[in-house]
Amino acid sequence: MNELFAGVGLVLCGLVLLVMYRVIFGPGVFNRVAAISAIGTKTLVILLIFGYLYNRIEMFVDISLVYALLNFVGCIAAAKYLEREGEAR
Amino acid sequence: MTLLKVLSILFIAGGIFFFFTATVGLLRFPDFFSRLHATGKGDTLAVFLSLVGLALYEGITLNGVKIILIAIFMFIAQPTATHAISKAGLRYGLKPWMKGDERR
Repeated sequence: MNELFAGVGLVLCGLVLLVMYRVIFGPGVFNRVAAISAIGTKTLVILLIFGYLYNRIEMFVDISLVYALLNFVGCIAAAKYLEREGEAR
Repeated sequence: MTLLKVLSILFIAGGIFFFFTATVGLLRFPDFFSRLHATGKGDTLAVFLSLVGLALYEGITLNGVKIILIAIFMFIAQPTATHAISKAGLRYGLKPWMKGDERR
């Protein structure tokens, strides 16, 4: 089962590298915020798979929960800030 | 290799498939709203399937229950974040893409 988890982690890391194209070259700030949210979602699963690979799942599940909360709050904060910026223009 | 292991492998494979389709949509679609349409729904389903697969592999323990709680939280939080970003983009003044426009 460990080899399977390592393969799943490698595939998810490759998908994160693909999404980095949208973060670097994406036209405008909204594409970048959406792509960073997608990267955070993938990182959550990668963290749980690291927990199984290192046999420390009881520690990594808490880190993953905190990462999900921070991703959500950061996304909402960026959306609120950009919305206010657009109304001031 | 029990039945639960096989089920968890199937769920994780489905999660990887939907992650891949969401990434292809994020890279290939022509404007911001259609990209958000791909990644919002695809990532939500993919993270739900992956976390349910990992919880089936873990079994009924404290960590398995925590993983199920993360899955339920993501199932509520991810569409909320997608809606907030798309509403901010519409208020900012981004126009939705019509057929015949150029890619942005």
